[in-house]
Amino acid sequence: MSNPLADMDKPDVIFCIGTNMTECHPVAATRLKKALARGAKMIVADPRRIGLAEIADVHLPLRVGSDVSLLLAMAHVIAREGLVDQAFIDERTTQGEDFMQHVAQYTPEWAAEICECDPADIEKAALLYGGADRGAIYYTVGITEHICGVDNVQSLCNLALMTGNLGREGTGVNPMRGQNNIQGAGDAGALPNNYPGFQTVTDPAHQEKFHRAYGRKVDLETGMTKVTALDLCGDGIHAMIIDGENTLVTDPDRHHCEHALKSLDCLVVIDIFMTDTAKVADVVFPATAWAETDGVCTNTERRVQRLRAAVPPPGEAEPDWWILSQLARRMGWQGFDFGSAKEVFNELCALSPLYNGLDWDRIDRGEYQWPVPTRDHPGTPRLHEERFENGRGIFKMLEYRDPEETISDEYPMWLTTGRRLPQYHTRTQTGRSDGIDYLLSEETLEVHPEDIVRLGLEDGGWAEMSNPRGCLHVKVRATTKSPKGTVFASFAFEDVPVNVLTGGGYDPVTQTAALKACPVALKPVGPPPALGQVGAGSPLGASVL
Amino acid sequence: MKQNGSPSKNGTALTLTLDGERVTFSRGETLYEVAERHGREIPTLCYDPRLEPFGGCRLCVVELEGARNPVASCTMEAQPGMRVRTRTAALEVQRRILMEMVASENRDTDVDPMHGYASQEMAELLDRYDARTGRFEGALSGTSRPDDDNPFIKRDYENCISCYRCVRVCAEQEGDYAISVMNRGFHTQITTEFGGSLKDSACTFCGQCIQTCPTGALGDLKALANKDVPGETETTRTICPYCGVGCSVDIMTRGEKIVGILPGMDGPANEGSLCVKGQFAFDFVGHPDRLSTPFVRDEASGELRPASWDEALDFAAGKLRKVVKDYGRRAVYGIASGRAPHEAAYMMQRFIRAGLGTNHIDNCSRA
Repeated sequence: MSNPLADMDKPDVIFCIGTNMTECHPVAATRLKKALARGAKMIVADPRRIGLAEIADVHLPLRVGSDVSLLLAMAHVIAREGLVDQAFIDERTTQGEDFMQHVAQYTPEWAAEICECDPADIEKAALLYGGADRGAIYYTVGITEHICGVDNVQSLCNLALMTGNLGREGTGVNPMRGQNNIQGAGDAGALPNNYPGFQTVTDPAHQEKFHRAYGRKVDLETGMTKVTALDLCGDGIHAMIIDGENTLVTDPDRHHCEHALKSLDCLVVIDIFMTDTAKVADVVFPATAWAETDGVCTNTERRVQRLRAAVPPPGEAEPDWWILSQLARRMGWQGFDFGSAKEVFNELCALSPLYNGLDWDRIDRGEYQWPVPTRDHPGTPRLHEERFENGRGIFKMLEYRDPEETISDEYPMWLTTGRRLPQYHTRTQTGRSDGIDYLLSEETLEVHPEDIVRLGLEDGGWAEMSNPRGCLHVKVRATTKSPKGTVFASFAFEDVPVNVLTGGGYDPVTQTAALKACPVALKPVGPPPALGQVGAGSPLGASVL
Repeated sequence: MKQNGSPSKNGTALTLTLDGERVTFSRGETLYEVAERHGREIPTLCYDPRLEPFGGCRLCVVELEGARNPVASCTMEAQPGMRVRTRTAALEVQRRILMEMVASENRDTDVDPMHGYASQEMAELLDRYDARTGRFEGALSGTSRPDDDNPFIKRDYENCISCYRCVRVCAEQEGDYAISVMNRGFHTQITTEFGGSLKDSACTFCGQCIQTCPTGALGDLKALANKDVPGETETTRTICPYCGVGCSVDIMTRGEKIVGILPGMDGPANEGSLCVKGQFAFDFVGHPDRLSTPFVRDEASGELRPASWDEALDFAAGKLRKVVKDYGRRAVYGIASGRAPHEAAYMMQRFIRAGLGTNHIDNCSRA
């Protein structure tokens, strides 16, 4: 996030797009509700009538994957009505004039043809955000998990740049990170293009720095992404080490993933459970879990916080860092003699300009948000206050693109996926926690009542959902939460593995999978024969993911 | 969170007199906040620093010069020149009688601390005011809801004192408005829309009502299930393992067992809030399905079988070395986790970069 969580109750106008915050980041959503109680207005753009939409002033139920068209039209209205912050544009951005000319063609009526929103609502939303003194944008993977994920994010940046909604309290462009340390994994350098602290691997100065630190020269070219690596399994990639990821279940196109991992000569998995991914490994190492591990995590607002062990791990489980450093030593490599998590973290701090001012002891109370470049630096709750790190903010001239796969006569419905409040990801943790299944014990496919009639389905009955990649059976639930033409399911339950269907392309820049827009066919089927064994109270064996 | 303003418009310090002592305060502070800040322990049962002042329990009354009756310090904004007394004999008598009356409506005056964060507040005040006299014993107010079969929140309203903290935390802190009040006076009943179970209401089971309840009328059923686990309860501050908000939690343990979770009231990201997962979804940690030993794929049977660390590490290193020998160092790929700590991700990239000299490393953020 460009701004701290504490800023979330401060905007005049909140614009949430592609974020089901009350279910996926519930505690952050409480701050937005406080802003609303104080009188702030809220725009929610989401295909579904999610919890946030229920309390919004404007809900834009856009068609999945059409975000760029909607955002271009909002920029059009803001420019047309003169709601731009010209001083901000002049002082801190480039290509503002070109951008205003670019968006002149993209009227709300043009966008309505694509995003299927009412042009009057697009107009209203644009006037609200454009007219705000403090306008704040919040988004999640509903923005990024598209073939145009980068374009979506840059469209949001364009809106913030043209209205000067950056670098001030209660403003910003704020991605909500979905996992407890997904920010930290990037911070720590687990990226093919960046060393720790987002130092590019293609810069010879960075290469030299890490050569000195590690005693070995690292390739000057960017590594491949995980997506490419999975494509090349058995054909260039012959060994993988996977830590704490149930790749087979969470990644798009399960059959492709299964084939990829099985064609490796060596798969090493580190995890806390025997996941489906672990089951196909050559070696499985048992890791310590949360509450058993000392360490550090970074949250969505770049706050660096300590994790502390409270109980001993089961049996011989060990921390991930210990497992990997021991494996490195068995490989015969020097320099992996770490004795504690503290030593590991302090090495990271020494090598990352974002963490140079930090160490294990300094983050004890969690008051620092990176960058913290020096020991006397107070941390950076709000980015871009005086200037942008890379000079001027650049307007991007974007065009709308269709998703790689679009609906057809054969596959006439959009499937979009996500999470639900009580269950997390593939239920490896929440599914094994007493009581959670009381709140949600099975997956259902959310279908608009008119679609139920049109497709010959039945509320509470079963449907076969298919596309060329796969097929699954799922119980149907009639709800106007889904718009006509779009159905929704979470990927939490093993008996509804929606990721056998997803996988229609990737963003060309980030290779993020297009998990949010997937054409499918639906037809009624009978209930599964094993019905009765699924649901509340079902025993959770090792087969549960 | 309430915002305190500047000392005054012209920068001079604002002062009032507290028990004869001249003290400074900021514009917007209440008398209760000023007194707390200066070390006065004013009793209260309806106060939660995260919520708007309510003035319901009348325990926090103070004497204010010029006012005919004692005033509730939690709702009275501090003004320059005020002369306030927080602990006179008359106030203490009034507070004691109030405590005797409050306790008289409840079935239990002592509840297990596993009920929740604030659950001991009433018992502590009864002790402080030596108010377990039973002078006003009579009917109990509030009707418990043992029919609500939810596994998280005990609804034992026979121990309710109608402080409305649960109602207010649900509305003001969570914005959920799932809990409401029915009837008045002695017949006041905390309830939900249509009086049904919490599952049928707007409740999200965040547990905030449990944690603010000062009497144990609401209780954490998962923690209470562990109330007989032997040992002292210890707490360990850490961060919730689920989404990226980074809420502070205090893990309660007895011996080697996690017995419950308390929200970190001073957590910078959450300021005491949690959701159903952070509050209740912790049993995966000690679950019997946890891996407790390494496994290697048996060459003969093709099945995974338990192995020692020595064997498993050698087995993995041997296989990796063979891949490097057969296909080169660029044939090995590392995927770090967004769920494990920094040290895990850092060591994975160090393994790939310092060990193999490549950048074939990623994390799980692309899917």
